[in-house]
Amino acid sequence: MYDQGKQRLLLQGNEAIVQGALAAGCRFFAGYPITPASEIAEQLSVELPAVGGTFIQMEDEIAGMGAIIGASLAGVKSMTATSGPGFSLIQENLGFACVAEVPCVIVNVMRGGPSTGLPTCPAQGDVQMARWGTHGDHPIVVLSVSTVMDSFTITVKAFNIAEKYRVPVILLSDEIVAHTRECVELPDIGEVKVMDRIRPSVPPDWYKPYEGDARGVPPMASFGDGYRHHVTGLIHDEMGFPTQNPREVESFHKRLARKITRGFPDVQMTRGYFLDDAEIFVIAYGAVARSALRAVQDAREIGIKVGLMQLITLFPFPRRTITPLLKQCRSVLVPEMNLGQISREVQRVNEGFCTVVKHNRVDGKFITPREIYSHLIKI
Amino acid sequence: MSAEQKDQERYEIRLSGSGGQGLITAAVVFAEAVGVYDGKYVCQTQSYGPEARGGKSKAEVVISSIPIDYPKALELDLLLAMNQAACDAYFYDIKPNGLLVVDSGLVEQHPTSRIIAIPFTRIAKEEIGRELVANMVALGAIGLLSGRVDLGNLERALLARVPKGTEEMNSQALQCGIEEARKVNLDDLPRAVMSDDDEV
Repeated sequence: MYDQGKQRLLLQGNEAIVQGALAAGCRFFAGYPITPASEIAEQLSVELPAVGGTFIQMEDEIAGMGAIIGASLAGVKSMTATSGPGFSLIQENLGFACVAEVPCVIVNVMRGGPSTGLPTCPAQGDVQMARWGTHGDHPIVVLSVSTVMDSFTITVKAFNIAEKYRVPVILLSDEIVAHTRECVELPDIGEVKVMDRIRPSVPPDWYKPYEGDARGVPPMASFGDGYRHHVTGLIHDEMGFPTQNPREVESFHKRLARKITRGFPDVQMTRGYFLDDAEIFVIAYGAVARSALRAVQDAREIGIKVGLMQLITLFPFPRRTITPLLKQCRSVLVPEMNLGQISREVQRVNEGFCTVVKHNRVDGKFITPREIYSHLIKI
Repeated sequence: MSAEQKDQERYEIRLSGSGGQGLITAAVVFAEAVGVYDGKYVCQTQSYGPEARGGKSKAEVVISSIPIDYPKALELDLLLAMNQAACDAYFYDIKPNGLLVVDSGLVEQHPTSRIIAIPFTRIAKEEIGRELVANMVALGAIGLLSGRVDLGNLERALLARVPKGTEEMNSQALQCGIEEARKVNLDDLPRAVMSDDDEV
C-alpha cells in the first residue's frame, strides 16, 4: 500500500513529464502537437503561464527547437516534446544546441515509424536516431522512462544533466508509458533536487564563453546580463568565434566528448534486479523493462538464475555497469520494440564474453512477459 | 510468493467496444477510484486507432495490492464488451473463471453461457434519457460485479472527472448500472467460460 501521508494522483506518463519539468524549473516550452506526445504540450499550455512561464505553439518542430535554444541562451530552462516525425525535424537545430552547448530537454514519445508510421502504436525505433540523428560527432545524453513515476523523476534528472553539463538531453518515452495512468505521490517542490547551470564569476571583460572548467563545462552567461558573447554553429575558439586552427578544433571536440563520457554515475543511470547470483540476464529499457521484470520474476520461481539490468541512460552507453555482468553471465537477452538498436550496443561492448540473444517486435504491439519468459527457459 | 499467489493479487479488467463509446473515460474513473481513493496499486492503459470515432477501442485496468510490473492485462478477470466485434475478439483472453459482461442490445451472439448480459445502452436511453451515459451504466455494473472497488469511491471518482453540469446525470447512470448488476446472481452462472464437461 502507499504511504498514507501524501496526496496520490492518477497521472499519465505524459502528465508526469509535465510535473517533472515544472519541478525542475522549466519555464519555456515551444513545439508542435503530435500523437502520442500532445498531452505534454496541452497541459504545459495551461500550467506554464500560471507560473509565469511561456508556452508557444510554433509553426513546426524546426521552429520549436530553435525557440527553446533561444530561451535557454536567455537563461530560461526550456524543453520541447514530440514524436518520430517531429523528432526528424528537430535534428538540424539539435546539432546547433550540441555545438553551442545549450542546455535543453527534448522529449520524444516514440511511436511506430518510419515516417508517419503507426501514430497510436508503441515502438522503440528512435533509439539510435536519438544518439546519432544530428550530423557530426556530437555529445548527447539519451534517457528512457518505464513508469509514470519515472516520467517525473527522470524528467527532473534530464534537466539537471542538461544544466550541469551544458548538453541537450533526449528523454525517450513510448506510447505505452506515455498513456499509462498510474497512481503517484509526487514529492514537494522543496524535496526535489534541482541543479542550475554555473554562471560566470569573472567580470564581463574577462569572460571566455567557451573555456571549459575542470570538468570541461564552460560557465554560461545569459543574453542580456552584460556578458557579451558570440554564439555560432561553426566550430569556435574559447571566445566563441569561428576557427579552423586544427589544435583548437581538436581540443573543442575532445572537450565536448569528455564532458559526458567519463562514466559519471549521475549521467549513466541503471537499475539492477536479481543480479547477484545471475547466470543469465536481460537488458531492457522503457516499457519493455516492465515486461522483462515480470518475466524474470516468473523464471526465478522455477529456479532459473536470471537477473534484469534496466537501462535508464541509453547514451552514453553504460558500459561500466554492463561489462561485469557480461563477464559474470553466460547469456544476455535484449528484448526491444525495434529490430535491434540497443542489442548492437550490447554486442559492441560484449567482446565475446557471453552470448547475446535478441528478441525484437516491430508489429506495433507491446512485448509481453510470456515472450521474454519463453526465451529465458531456453537460453 | 508463488506465481499463483501473485496472480491472486492481480485483477484485470478490459473495457472494449468502439471509439466514442466512452470506454477510456470509464476506465479512468475506475482506476482513479481504486488507486486514489481505495489506495491500491493500479495501471490503466488503452489502445485505439487513429480515428476520432468508430474503430476498435479498448481500455484496461489492472488492480493489485503489490506494485504492478507489466501494466497491461495478461488474462482477464472481467471483460466488458460493448459490441459484437469486441466480444468476439477478446473473449479468448478471459480466464476460465472470469466474467464476461456485455451490452445485451449490441451483443446478440453469446460465445458462452457464463455471461452477464445487461442492456446498458437501452437503460441509458430509457432511464436517463441520454444514450451517451451507457458507459457509466456499464461502469456501475462492472464496479459491483468485480467486487474490487468501493462503490462510494467509484461515485466520488466519477463526480471529480465528468464535466460540470453533468454530475447528476452521470451519477444516476452509475446507480442504474449498480442496481441492474445487483439482480445478477453469480452463483447461477456456469463455473467456467469454456467448459467441455459441464453436463447439459
